[in-house]
Amino acid sequence: MSQSPLSNKKASASPDGGFRQAMTWLHTWVGLTLGWVLFLIFVTGTAGYFDTEIDRWMQPELPFVEAPLSALETANVVRARLEQEAPQAERWYINLPAGRNQLYPSVFWQGASEEAGASSARGRLTLDSKTGETLTPRDTGGGQTLYQMHWRLHYLGRGYSDWIIGLATLFMMVGLVTGIIIHKKIFVDFFTFRPGKGQRSWLDAHNFFSVFALPFHLMITYSGLLFMGFSLMPLIVASHYGDEGRRQFFAEVFDPPGIVDAANTPAPLVPFTSVIHQAEQRWGQGRVQVVDVHHPQDASARVVLYESIDQTVSTSGERLVFDGVTGDLLHTEPTDASMVKHVRDVFLGLHEGLFAGTALRWLYFLSGVLGTGMVATGLILWTTKRRKTAERKPGRTHRGLVLVEKLNIGTIAGLPAGMATYFWANRLLPVNMAGRGEWEIHILFLTWLAMLLYAALRPRLKAWQELLAATGVLFATLPVLNALTTERHLLHSLKSGDWVFAGFDITVFVIGVGFVFAAYRVRSSRLSDLQKPHKPKSTAVKVSKLQDTTGGAV
Amino acid sequence: MGLTGWRLVSLIAAALLGGYALANSVGIFLAAFLPASKSDAVLAGNLVSFAVYVAAIIWVGAVRKPLRAWCVLLIPAFILTGLCLAKGVDVLASVGL
Repeated sequence: MSQSPLSNKKASASPDGGFRQAMTWLHTWVGLTLGWVLFLIFVTGTAGYFDTEIDRWMQPELPFVEAPLSALETANVVRARLEQEAPQAERWYINLPAGRNQLYPSVFWQGASEEAGASSARGRLTLDSKTGETLTPRDTGGGQTLYQMHWRLHYLGRGYSDWIIGLATLFMMVGLVTGIIIHKKIFVDFFTFRPGKGQRSWLDAHNFFSVFALPFHLMITYSGLLFMGFSLMPLIVASHYGDEGRRQFFAEVFDPPGIVDAANTPAPLVPFTSVIHQAEQRWGQGRVQVVDVHHPQDASARVVLYESIDQTVSTSGERLVFDGVTGDLLHTEPTDASMVKHVRDVFLGLHEGLFAGTALRWLYFLSGVLGTGMVATGLILWTTKRRKTAERKPGRTHRGLVLVEKLNIGTIAGLPAGMATYFWANRLLPVNMAGRGEWEIHILFLTWLAMLLYAALRPRLKAWQELLAATGVLFATLPVLNALTTERHLLHSLKSGDWVFAGFDITVFVIGVGFVFAAYRVRSSRLSDLQKPHKPKSTAVKVSKLQDTTGGAV
Repeated sequence: MGLTGWRLVSLIAAALLGGYALANSVGIFLAAFLPASKSDAVLAGNLVSFAVYVAAIIWVGAVRKPLRAWCVLLIPAFILTGLCLAKGVDVLASVGL
């Protein structure tokens, strides 16, 4: 085979060697093409495993949550509020506080009548469980915005973002399978680390990050594709339900049985007492997660109760459908009413990890960190291989290489810096500022942009060192910022047993130290590079470094 | 590795578009012929289509022959779509024809 610009190796003679070579080629290019999008997906998704914890840190005026009231009391408080706020609605959807995933009751309604006094036709509120008043913490993007960036980016409509994220996920999946194929000695390599050997060490690190959490990577990637399933493969639904039939398909798959159209005859809504009592007898105290009322105050009202998913991996538990006027139990829909939907729900449930308790949640987080490391080391590996070759050919400009190097620095060190300034903005922007939550996220992206520009202008290793150090300092000093701007500093959190606040402070500090350490390692290797005796090669190094300083193609 | 210019573009297109066509036609076929309720069969087709897509891309990467890749992906896609049409599934309407 002849050489092409895409590969600088010659295929070996054996057919197996050719196959492996082809897989290596595919692995390299699917990994690189959308690698930075994948890095963003992994970083923000990993943070997303602690989304509600981050929410709490970013809204320090909300109280340290006490033991929740009974489901019935809370449901009644919320209901009273909804009767004022959203009369004659099509639907009230009440999320009851239930453990880590939902701390305060929240409501969503649609199709309410503004003539009958509704504040708006549709709306969403987070309420105080005792008084039913709207909670008004500072406007913030919170952990939710980080988590949402993970699957729908930002600033882009779903029509674009679904395809970008979907394509990146598809490439990730191809990257994983080809990675397994080209990896000859998974078991041996797993225990192999050769530090300080340049490209070989990066390969070892890439293998470690990939293999150690391989089941997680495979699960998270395939289920990630399934999340996008209906956007990426719309033709399958359309060919069987028609172009306009999506709603009917979703209703058949996702709606509980026994929901009927409104009768448009007013009728009082059944009190929640017996309904919730029946559900709690079946599921246990405090395990009603959702009270979903279809056509409240109508003769064909239905009250659907959802079981908490804290005891199942699947994203859906059991559902009970009651007549909303008489209170009779009409249907009991088991978790796995449809086997196929159950398979999907388990995949999605594994991905979201909402069922995970503290220990498992940390395992999810660490797996996410390993995934992030896998993407980062893969991107760096692409450059270390080519940097070596480039330094042997000093005459040429290496535009592609320099571009990838710059993007790597600006993203791998710069995006985390953006996340740190996102937290800084949360504490420093004026509390009553208009559009505050949105500005937090603007600051994240502005920081990232600034980091990319900085990386473009500085020599490669200096840029790495300085940006990693900056990111480290921004993270490690967050506990200090928190202590200066709130009453809830680390000592206070530790004393009062507020593990969410303490956990955030300690985690960002450790992350910060990690980045500073990485900066230190870059510095040592940069200095030892400079002290090397002059070999003929070093002129090449100088030339390519000169290109770096001038910004190369960027 | 021997592929440049239009042949490379054609190979990439075969992987992404040809693979997409095959994945969708397998999904639509399963949705039409699996012995399950309509919504379950459609959902199953959707879940499986991604495995087909990933496998197709990897296979195209392995053969590295654009013409062969297009043929091997599109011929079964046409056959499966034909079977669905014969069963009365309105496949063409779904792509706006």
